[in-house]
Amino acid sequence: MIKVEISNISMNYHSLTAETPALADISFGVQEGHFLSIVGPSGCGKSTLLNIIAGLITPSYGKIVINRSADSSNFLKIGYMFQKDQLFDWLTIWDNVLLGLKINHCITDKNKEMVKNLLISYNLWDFRDHHPRELSGGMRQRVALIRTLALSPEVLLLDEPFSALDYQTRLNISDEVYEIIKKEKKTTIMVTHDISEAIAMSDEIIILSNRPAVIVKHMTLEFGEDFSCPLKRREAPDFRVYFNEIWKELNGNVNSK
Amino acid sequence: MLIQSEEQKIYIRNVKRRKYIIIFTRIIILIVFFSFWEIAGRLKWIDSFLTSTPSKMFSSFIQIYNEGTLLTHISVTCFETITGFLLGTILGALIAVLLWWSDFISKVLDPYLIVLNALPKVALAPIIIFWVGNGITAIIVIALLISIVVTIISILSGFREVDLDKIKLLKTFGATKLQILTNLIIPASIGALVSALKINVGLSWVGVIMGEFLVAKEGLGFLIIYGGQISQLDMVMMSIVILSILAYLMYELVALFERKVVGKNN
Repeated sequence: MIKVEISNISMNYHSLTAETPALADISFGVQEGHFLSIVGPSGCGKSTLLNIIAGLITPSYGKIVINRSADSSNFLKIGYMFQKDQLFDWLTIWDNVLLGLKINHCITDKNKEMVKNLLISYNLWDFRDHHPRELSGGMRQRVALIRTLALSPEVLLLDEPFSALDYQTRLNISDEVYEIIKKEKKTTIMVTHDISEAIAMSDEIIILSNRPAVIVKHMTLEFGEDFSCPLKRREAPDFRVYFNEIWKELNGNVNSK
Repeated sequence: MLIQSEEQKIYIRNVKRRKYIIIFTRIIILIVFFSFWEIAGRLKWIDSFLTSTPSKMFSSFIQIYNEGTLLTHISVTCFETITGFLLGTILGALIAVLLWWSDFISKVLDPYLIVLNALPKVALAPIIIFWVGNGITAIIVIALLISIVVTIISILSGFREVDLDKIKLLKTFGATKLQILTNLIIPASIGALVSALKINVGLSWVGVIMGEFLVAKEGLGFLIIYGGQISQLDMVMMSIVILSILAYLMYELVALFERKVVGKNN
């Protein structure tokens, strides 16, 4: 079943001196439970696309359908994760993860129990009374993910979620986040400029061109059963093949400009 | 109690010793300064009519105290300052919230704020005296005017420094503007709020003393002006010393508040 359907999205930015087309006729769909990554040259409008899917920006043209409903108030169906964890320093970990529920006035015992279980299963329960500054970068990003999951979103949007972390933490946390996402069976769209990260985590990859961005290629990745998690995937023989393919597409596009 | 290595103990001892030496030196400077002042006055190195001496200041203090008016002067000035300070802070914060809320109003009012900030507010004092009368109200309004514009500007810039992604995060949760204000903008700007308070303490004193120079019949500012008029520089100096102590105490109070509030949050 197709969970998210993006049809004919175009986006123009206006300033007094010029009109800049950022996205031109982008259409794709994401299967339920799939992990899709969007890669592309920097400044091509990847994050704009994500903001449109999140309902934070209205596109110039086109529509987003989540779960077959085109209602523009998609807020409760999507969960957004940022480059930085954006935890609130003045709240404890517990209050941080409950933030979304508090905003929506739905702190019920049932929801609290659910969040508690999330914290327990991802080894953060012992830190519930700590403040974010006392946690490592990787733990903070995990808390940020649980804060997003607390609202039970149907679709997760990740905006370069690991690029603020150092390389080692980044590999580990992308592994952990991947596991959490797969375990919770969330449909996910991630924007990244890191080709290897995209290959290691995704079921599908969309390559965007330079501005105005169009889809250059929509590819499906197949790894064997042995390569079930991002870290293992990096060792798969196909990894290089995919990497070269994407690399070529991205470079071919840049050079032709 | 944790077991501490010898090295750690020495480190702690050194840190503490340094702290005590700093406090000790501060007190020494104070004592030396006043002693030297006294000695220089007694030995006629300086003209004690112009500079007064600590002992003369003290007898002036006792004299006014015995007249029974000293506490009135102090409490009037303190009342004016604290009222001006609180009003300036609260009104300034409310206006800052309003300007944050409406980008349109904020853009429209921007040049007016700049003019008001650059204008020496004391210049308005004669008008204010005509408007609200020759008394405590005028003094409080002057103190309020001096501190409010700076409060608005510094709190508003604190509000605007909040990470845009954090606002976006709350929007993805479906937060209303009011929820963004109460859950994010205000708690995130506590630091800016407190530094506005600290600036305001100083400015309120400036406003109150200026106001008392112009209209008052009581208060420390009145004592200073009155002392000058009757060539009683002992009284002037004594009032200035009391003023310094009060201003310091009020600043420390705000600093204590800062440690309680900000220390807990960050």
